[in-house]
Amino acid sequence: MISRREFIQVAAATAALSTGVGTGLTQAVAQQRLTEKELLAFEPLGNVTLVHVTDIHGQLMPLYFREPSTNLGVGEAKGQPPHVTGQEFLARFGIAPGSSAAYALTSEDFEALAKSYGRIGGLDRAATVIKAIRAERGDKVALLDGGDTWQGSWSSLKTRGQDMIDCMALLKPDAMTGHWEFTYGSERVKQAIDGLGFPFLGLNIRDTEWNEAAFEASTLIERGGVKIAVLGQAFPYTPVANPRWMIPNWSFGVREEDVQAQVDKARKGGAQLVVLLSHNGFDVDRKLASRVKGLDVILTGHTHDALPEAVKVGKTLLIASGSSGKFVSRLDLDVRDGEVKAYRYKLIPLFSDVIRADAEMAAKIAEVRKPFAPDLAKVLGKTDSLLYRRGNFNGTFDDLICQALLQERDAEIALSPGFRWGTSVLPGQDITFEDVTNATAITYPAVYRMGMTGARLKEIIEDVADNLFNVDPYYQQGGDMVRIGGLSYAIDVAKPQGQRISDMQMVKTGAPIDPAREYQVAGWASVNEGTEGPPIWDVVANYLARQKTVRLEPNRAVKVTGA
Amino acid sequence: MKAINRRQAFALGGGFVMLTLMPMAADAEVTGDAAKWIEKFTGGKQPVKGKISLDLPEIAENGNTVPLSINVESPMTADSYVKDVMIIADGNPNAGVATLSFTPLSGKAEAAIRIRLATTQNVIAVAKMSDGSLFTEQKTVKVTIGGCGG
Repeated sequence: MISRREFIQVAAATAALSTGVGTGLTQAVAQQRLTEKELLAFEPLGNVTLVHVTDIHGQLMPLYFREPSTNLGVGEAKGQPPHVTGQEFLARFGIAPGSSAAYALTSEDFEALAKSYGRIGGLDRAATVIKAIRAERGDKVALLDGGDTWQGSWSSLKTRGQDMIDCMALLKPDAMTGHWEFTYGSERVKQAIDGLGFPFLGLNIRDTEWNEAAFEASTLIERGGVKIAVLGQAFPYTPVANPRWMIPNWSFGVREEDVQAQVDKARKGGAQLVVLLSHNGFDVDRKLASRVKGLDVILTGHTHDALPEAVKVGKTLLIASGSSGKFVSRLDLDVRDGEVKAYRYKLIPLFSDVIRADAEMAAKIAEVRKPFAPDLAKVLGKTDSLLYRRGNFNGTFDDLICQALLQERDAEIALSPGFRWGTSVLPGQDITFEDVTNATAITYPAVYRMGMTGARLKEIIEDVADNLFNVDPYYQQGGDMVRIGGLSYAIDVAKPQGQRISDMQMVKTGAPIDPAREYQVAGWASVNEGTEGPPIWDVVANYLARQKTVRLEPNRAVKVTGA
Repeated sequence: MKAINRRQAFALGGGFVMLTLMPMAADAEVTGDAAKWIEKFTGGKQPVKGKISLDLPEIAENGNTVPLSINVESPMTADSYVKDVMIIADGNPNAGVATLSFTPLSGKAEAAIRIRLATTQNVIAVAKMSDGSLFTEQKTVKVTIGGCGG
């Protein structure tokens, strides 16, 4: 029998024929052969290799993850990477439609290509790649983890991130920073950091009492004879976007002056290469790079963008390594006389049928998942259509969650947070408890039901829209738009706060939302302490048990202009 | 706002700063008009941008207690020093927040306080120097409902 690995090497050719409906697959694509050797191929350069992973979100296993079809930029970021999607993305980076890169990096023809190219990711595949780079580059390699590593799966939630910590430990990162890590609460974070064996950096975190540094700001390492300062920047709006009550003694922020001060300090301390390991989000980092002097590299994170090329802002290189364990970034640098003379970059997609699993990591993953394996495998229902989340507005997985909220909580309107993590499920697949928890596993999962006036709903939608579409990136928070069930609206992303949202209507009746009327609203992931209700995964599971098979058509409830 | 709490005491003790908190609006007659407050402080003279570094978050973690630190460039000698710095929040029901008073003995014209912001708005600082010159700086602080980032 032909193995999956063998299959994929010819898959592109045959799949191109069977799945290339309307995509105009080229001869070159049809002839493509995907091998581990090719995925890892890299002409080495210089004396330093930075390996970057970020936003793994608790995903230890290979997965399907559809990249966004809508990822709008505003202000100066409009039309600039990462705010290009689909065909435009392919054209911009010279990627052939239907190719493995098109599948890994865009939403184009996703369902068909997913069937040919299979799942991507798995920390055991990442381990194979990282080991290969280390074998080749020896003491030149630094491995940096941009955070959002310990959250996003059921096993991560149940072990408070220990599953990820134990697996990542085998990779021996040189440093990490964080965001969702903080949603396990201050005590757990402190305890976990104590056992890491490498620094957890956050130059922008201070204690709320005395306004003093609460975390290590940087670490100085030597690789390939080059002194490298790695500065860490945690997600600046953790206490705004996530429950502040879980980390009452820590205050965050962009703190641009502090970044500059740390760069200056590192340079004075003899650093020849200064790297910011960042969880700011791409647009924030692009602005930061234009204003802070002396940063050689920013390893970006948070906004889950996967870019096949480095973006250069002034003298600073910005790297965007994607999310969910799909990619490993390799950046080779020639550092001489305290500056980067040349670089070469590759975003390596971890095709799980092509890249071998590292045995040691595979065993560890099996071990940490074992206690949860029976629960994770439970089939809750089936989907006839693609379930995905990522995108500025509603994704079908969120529509499913909103449907569950409306029906199971007998509500008129449902609100679901615009998280960017959460895996995809292909048409015809079973929906397992693992799939549902991959989209919902947080420490504040309670589903509330409450009355909200139409005016309040408008205020909330406007508020979230401004967190996403404020023209100044320093005022953005990086999530996607709140997902809404039962209500349709129009949005002009180019307008200022308070003027973006119009035409709010009830989907069922077409009746305009009355600012004065109170609507019954169900939602989850409230940042308020003491929110009560069943956990969201139970609500979705109950809904699926009733529906058995779901079909979610692409959402048409949001009309977007100004993009 | 009656008793001086630890934070305010800290601001006081740190650099011999006198901190006068504006009375909260007691009746509807006091408007939240930032321009009026500034005019009263400057005597109608136009302050120029500069000299002040105003450290505020872009987005407040908690609108009820927003950390603000301010530093005004000055030699702080008997001949040349910062006399008073007024802090204004143009979207609060009562725009006046505090006036910080310094003397050459302060050593530095620097203070850290916490302010309350009702909504997204501009926080404006105006510094009055011993020679009567006026400087200003401002920053928008967003007060958000929060909760959907990720």
